[in-house]
Amino acid sequence: MQSTQSSHSTHHDPSSSSASNVSSLAGTRPPRVLWQSPRFRLWMWGLPLLVFIGIAIVGPMIVEYNAVQVNITARLEPPGAVLTDGSRAWLGTDQVGQDVFAQLIQGARVSLLVGAATILIAGFIGLVTGVAAGFRGGWVDTVLMRLADIQLAFPSILLAILIAAVLGPSVVNVILALALTRWVTFSRVARAATLAAKERDYVLAARAMGAGSWRLLLHHIVPSTIAPLIVITTVEVGLVIIAEASLSYLGLGTPPDQASWGRSVANGRDYLNNAWWIATMPGIALSLVVLCIGVFGDRLRDYLDPRL
Amino acid sequence: MSHYLVKRVGYSLFVLWGALTIIFLAIRLAPGDPAAMMIGPSGTQEDIEALRERLGLDESIPVQYGRYLSDVIQMDFGESLWLNRPVASEVASRVAATARLAGAAAAIGLSVSFPLGIIAALKRGSLLDAAISVASLLGQSVPSFWLGIMLILVFARQFQILPSAGSSGWSHLILPSITLAMPLIGVLTRLIRSGLLDVLHDDYVRTARAKGLHPRVVLARHAMRNMLIPVVTIVGLQLGTLLGGAVIVETVFGWPGVGRLLIDAIYQRDYPLVQVAILFITASFILINLLVDLSYGLLDPRIRVQ
Repeated sequence: MQSTQSSHSTHHDPSSSSASNVSSLAGTRPPRVLWQSPRFRLWMWGLPLLVFIGIAIVGPMIVEYNAVQVNITARLEPPGAVLTDGSRAWLGTDQVGQDVFAQLIQGARVSLLVGAATILIAGFIGLVTGVAAGFRGGWVDTVLMRLADIQLAFPSILLAILIAAVLGPSVVNVILALALTRWVTFSRVARAATLAAKERDYVLAARAMGAGSWRLLLHHIVPSTIAPLIVITTVEVGLVIIAEASLSYLGLGTPPDQASWGRSVANGRDYLNNAWWIATMPGIALSLVVLCIGVFGDRLRDYLDPRL
Repeated sequence: MSHYLVKRVGYSLFVLWGALTIIFLAIRLAPGDPAAMMIGPSGTQEDIEALRERLGLDESIPVQYGRYLSDVIQMDFGESLWLNRPVASEVASRVAATARLAGAAAAIGLSVSFPLGIIAALKRGSLLDAAISVASLLGQSVPSFWLGIMLILVFARQFQILPSAGSSGWSHLILPSITLAMPLIGVLTRLIRSGLLDVLHDDYVRTARAKGLHPRVVLARHAMRNMLIPVVTIVGLQLGTLLGGAVIVETVFGWPGVGRLLIDAIYQRDYPLVQVAILFITASFILINLLVDLSYGLLDPRIRVQ
């Protein structure tokens, strides 16, 4: 497959053959074994993410958890302890006898939900405003980009803290607060992609053939913004998940009766002397998920644009 | 240069005005009565009315906005509801602690990420490069509130060699500043690595090498200087992120800075204090970005002309 592709390009397309010469000079050879192939390198990190998504969706249906239940006989049991009812608490229990593992599973759902919903909303606002600014130009562009500049004057977690504090703790409010602080990046990327696409030959050709503005937008401009938006999504979703956990840690995110990783770490902070596992376990889960997203994002960029 | 200066300062003032307006709107237009929220569920109707009048919340929104802007220009921010002291002096008394924390974190961040990024770029593709790149991604992935608690767990509780809270001596500064520096180290190391890799392929670097200059001279005199220009911008932006991160790190370590004051004010529903603390952090961020922009103009004369 690899060799037929390269021989094909040397015969028919001189520009791409010179491009492949340049890349071989830079030291990138075509992969010979499976674990060197870009697709494998991508999915090696995508797979743990799929596992996380699966656990977040299915886990709470299997593992029983009741956020307000108190089990005094099983307080502060260390990881691996056998409880009085014969069950085993693999990751220990917290100060009211809740199973830490069950809390983790429940928290995974909140992280995934907030991450996905925030990215969808912020991405949609960013796509619409960015394409509008890039395609229309003029005052629309000026107003939207000045607004973006003003918003970027806030450290983003600060604006999220302000909005979440005013709205009060709830999952929907966290999503709102984070979407309002995150649309700007999507908007700028969509605008840049639109500006680039506007000057491409196929768009000029479509325009010359009499395509209307809406047709140009929906068939040519918007599709060209999707790939760059997906790439920054992988950066942004990690930031959003950390921001949700930070807000919940401060008590401004999820409400008290809803388990989330940030809230669990905050609970564990008061029990560091005798129950280190309460604060430690959710943080490990959080770091691993965000790390996998980060490496997956890097690999996705390599995969979509091998020249970089 | 002076034209460039005036333009940049003017734009920063515009952005500051916009930020002031967003803070005003976020607090005034939130669902519910801000006065009732500040008093809490225990207050009577008379208490709420009295507070509305005291804060001028009984006026129309445009009148409130006009008064708010004129108060800000006169640097008159009113009194804290919770501490019964002028909010401006309350924030001012916390500035030094935040500056010390952010300064220490920036120093740690820069002094660790430059060597790491340069080594990774020079040894591109090696095991060391891979290790540095995983470590820097990890630095960005670990949430700082949790990293802080883990450092407390290990160094304050387990080994008892460093204090977990307070701010009296140098030893108190170590854990919070490392916590705050960690994401910065992650971002900068990656940035310096890719920035250096970009310029190492440029013609002038090849020329410098071809004429037989020592690799260290090529690196220091040719490659590093050109790599610095994009890096300085990101450093400026990251310093702002540092101020945001300080809010969380100060809360974890009980560090008496502006960030912790902000979170305490939120818990106390002290909106005048919340407003000023956020305003102060944002204004500092805008000022840092302005200084970065100006130094960018100094570093690269081409920018001033545009």
